[in-house]
Amino acid sequence: MQYAKPKTVAEAARLLKDEAGVTRILAGGTDVLVQMKAGMVEPALVVDIKGLPGIREIVAEAGGYRIGACVAGAELGEHAGLKALWPGVVEGAELIGSTQVQGRCTQAGNLCNASPAADSVPALVAAGAVARVIGPDGVRDVAVSDVPVGPGKTSLKKGEFIASIFVPARPDRASDAYLRFIPRTEMDIAVASAAVSLELDGVGMVTAARVALGAVAPTVRLVEAAGAALVGTRLDEAALDALSAACSAACAPIDDKRGTIEFRTHIAGVLAKRAARIAYTRAGGQA
Amino acid sequence: MALDSNGKRVFKVVGTRPARPDGVDKVTGRALYGADVSAPGMLVGRILRSPHAHARIVSIDTSAAEAMQGVKAVITSRDFAVVEDASTRDVQVNCMADGKALYDGHAVAAVAATSAAVAKAALKAIKVIYEVLPHVTDVDAAMKAGSPVVQASRAVENVPKGFSENVTHHCEFGHGDVAAGFAKADKIVSRSFKTAATHQGYIEPHACLASMTSDGKADLWCCTQGQFNVRSLCASIMGMEASQLRVTASEIGGGFGGKTTVFIEPVALALSKKAGRPVKVVMTRDEVFKATGPTVSTSIDVKIGMTKDGRITAAEAHMRYSGGAFPCGTVDMGAMAGFAAYDLPAVRTYGWNALTNRPKEAAYRAPGAPQAIYAVESVVDELCQVLKLDPLDVRLLNAARKGTQSSYGPVFDDIGLVATLEAAKAHPHYHAPLGAGQARGLSCGFWFNFGGNTCVSLNVNTDGTVGVTEGNPDIGGSRASISLMAAEELGIPYDRIRTIIADTASLGHNDVTDGSRVTFSVGLATIKAAQDAIRKMCGRAAKIWGIDEEAVEWIDGAAVPAGPNAGKFPPMSLAEIAAVSFQTGGPIAGHHEFNADGAGVSFGVHLVDLEVDKETGATKILRYTVFQDAGKAVHPAYVEGQMQGGAVQGIGWALNEEYIYGADGRLQNAGFLDYRVPVASDLPMIDTVILEIPNPGHPYGVRGVGETPIVPPLAAISNGVSRATGVRMSELPMSPPRVLKAIMARG
Repeated sequence: MQYAKPKTVAEAARLLKDEAGVTRILAGGTDVLVQMKAGMVEPALVVDIKGLPGIREIVAEAGGYRIGACVAGAELGEHAGLKALWPGVVEGAELIGSTQVQGRCTQAGNLCNASPAADSVPALVAAGAVARVIGPDGVRDVAVSDVPVGPGKTSLKKGEFIASIFVPARPDRASDAYLRFIPRTEMDIAVASAAVSLELDGVGMVTAARVALGAVAPTVRLVEAAGAALVGTRLDEAALDALSAACSAACAPIDDKRGTIEFRTHIAGVLAKRAARIAYTRAGGQA
Repeated sequence: MALDSNGKRVFKVVGTRPARPDGVDKVTGRALYGADVSAPGMLVGRILRSPHAHARIVSIDTSAAEAMQGVKAVITSRDFAVVEDASTRDVQVNCMADGKALYDGHAVAAVAATSAAVAKAALKAIKVIYEVLPHVTDVDAAMKAGSPVVQASRAVENVPKGFSENVTHHCEFGHGDVAAGFAKADKIVSRSFKTAATHQGYIEPHACLASMTSDGKADLWCCTQGQFNVRSLCASIMGMEASQLRVTASEIGGGFGGKTTVFIEPVALALSKKAGRPVKVVMTRDEVFKATGPTVSTSIDVKIGMTKDGRITAAEAHMRYSGGAFPCGTVDMGAMAGFAAYDLPAVRTYGWNALTNRPKEAAYRAPGAPQAIYAVESVVDELCQVLKLDPLDVRLLNAARKGTQSSYGPVFDDIGLVATLEAAKAHPHYHAPLGAGQARGLSCGFWFNFGGNTCVSLNVNTDGTVGVTEGNPDIGGSRASISLMAAEELGIPYDRIRTIIADTASLGHNDVTDGSRVTFSVGLATIKAAQDAIRKMCGRAAKIWGIDEEAVEWIDGAAVPAGPNAGKFPPMSLAEIAAVSFQTGGPIAGHHEFNADGAGVSFGVHLVDLEVDKETGATKILRYTVFQDAGKAVHPAYVEGQMQGGAVQGIGWALNEEYIYGADGRLQNAGFLDYRVPVASDLPMIDTVILEIPNPGHPYGVRGVGETPIVPPLAAISNGVSRATGVRMSELPMSPPRVLKAIMARG
């Protein structure tokens, strides 16, 4: 196995492209190292991207923030500006692993690991976040929702890697929230999860809503009907019931050791309702 | 002298809470656990395991692995001795499959190589051809005629026709006319329950270092609850004499019963024998879950009759346990313990064991009792609900007490159940108001406790300090409690004593650290060894003073003349006697060996407040109090730790822990991510109330305390969840999907 720590994005892309065997990117390493230790993957080349310029920074951009691919979960939690603008995005990332893992794990890594249960992804999708992808042919921007294509699979091409994730500007009276269900209180993988991003008008009416679900389908699912159910309402019970029903209808989960189809389908709606209430309150709405 | 059978003894040292003797080493990382011992020239041992739940091993071709650079030995079942004794042979076959792989993860071959990478590559180079066979993992399915047969010809004779050959054990306990008892009942409740297999979940994986030389001598360092048992099992499996194998127990990162047998030790010895070099084997977590012993999985029917005012008229239970792929008698414990808390006119329990394609059961804290008592206490609680009776009053009304003929035969001597129930009833917890959606559950628990073969040496050093040598690994604070008892008996300060755990060549046989036996039995042997040393020290003083030995007694750590007729001499302290021991006859040591009897049974009562999220089925434990009779708490902090630890393991068992098998019979959750033990944030502080009802069988009144606390949580929590949801729960674990399904089915 070869290990490389390139100094430029071009060099990183070239190394990844030129290696014929299995390659892995090392950012926080909280998935890759575990998978290697368990014998699930035996890469021929590991490219450590922590040495790339700007990759560990959060930078204000166009009213939003650009989050470097190697920014750790704990660093997101300590960034007051990002936390104020996108609290749901931050709380999703902060749910990954333990305190120790939080010092290492990254949103970009969580996204590229492509687990349907990834905790940081639904809120990014609800936020309309965009990943900046570097590859042998240059730079392209891809919606976060288009990165995972199935369990363990991404749309990234040979030689490509994510350098940063951009979360956009928000109007006043807007916020988001993320909730997951786990049988324990921490240190676990989502059995189902929901992220809700809301924008309100001056009287607390929802003007825009995006709802994304995790762990209920092969990839994160943006449920447009669920968002539509909230627009034009003040989050009354009928709207929340419609949200819940739309979420459950959008679920296509599996039966496995973590939960049944029936259970996941039911609680996806419950979580969406609860997340919507939190986002609404955070946005200044009076429930 | 020391023995004081009447009245309450006033203790000077016993009952205090000194700092634990192993604390500094453990918090600084200096303590040597199983994987921490190394030897020059050591090889890495790794084990190849079956990917199938049940398969005939057609062939194993090890030639490619053996030819690899760095591979020093490859072994299969052919490399072990032929063992006659059936139970030892089961242990051997569990360590290395012979002809058939009996469960997912069953060892089929092993390698020793110069590095972990080479060992891993060598495992891949071993070619095993399997013929996959139909499998069975459910105990009820395994008992039915026509089930896949896990091991042929193991059925017992007293199993009636119509059952599968998998049924390897049957037992029956009880007394009285059950039919007549049920006829007197105002209300009868019958229910069936299931409990999942759970793992002990110790943090330290099994690890050992074996070194066997060409003259047939061997040394084995390993993480175990009983080095003497490891020696006898390994010697039999390897065809060695016990004297040629010395086993040293490491520090132990948890055992809970699961380290009372061997898994990798014979494999490491066989590899070392073949390679001619020391071999270290360390299990991965995945291997621990797949191939070491979880507890039994069970299916239990309970029927209890009660009068309107809460008197139990008759009780009956049918218990079907599976201890995995090998015969297992754990159901005996369940069938004996199930109704032990009750004084019953008529009771009958029937137990069965069936083979399944699961790993061989190993003991887990009060093996067999939590499941049985869960089923019984659930039905008692339901009767209390139906008849609108207070669940503590009903238990007090029916409680076993001194003179009760127990459900398993013996008549109880002094026991602490009534005192424990009364303590629970008087405690503020039982009267605290509950919030909306919250409920309170309670359960009794019981464990027999055990004595057993024990041997202790106590050496008086010339500087006035004392070394105690015992033969049981310290899994729950025994070094501290043994030192406390030695200090109490000798009349010297606790910090003058150091207790160590001897290897198998340095002390006579000691039974495994199990059955909550160590503080009781080793403590008793230590007291007797101290008395032996005291007799000798009195003799030395008598010699110095020129008076009869009988005219000297031992008071407060010193020899003194017994009364004015003996002569007038100033007391000689232990230190003074020890300092001149070389001039008065040589070193001074006390010793005691015996097969300890008189371990007093132990009862506990647990109270839990909880709430259930009715939209997700998640249970939150809000408040938890453990009440338990400890006889005498030698080191109360450790006793509280046992009570808390048992409660927490029981909470995990009740709510989330389970072995999950796929349709292919493979274990789905062989890791701590999906085998969910509680994390700290899942739990409230576990409050404890220690009762002290002295055990007449021990001079200080000590009862074992380590196992009883895992017994009540299952029913206490199930009773709470049942009351919170309005649905009687009957399957463990009460994972959120299962609870939500029950809530939704209720409507």
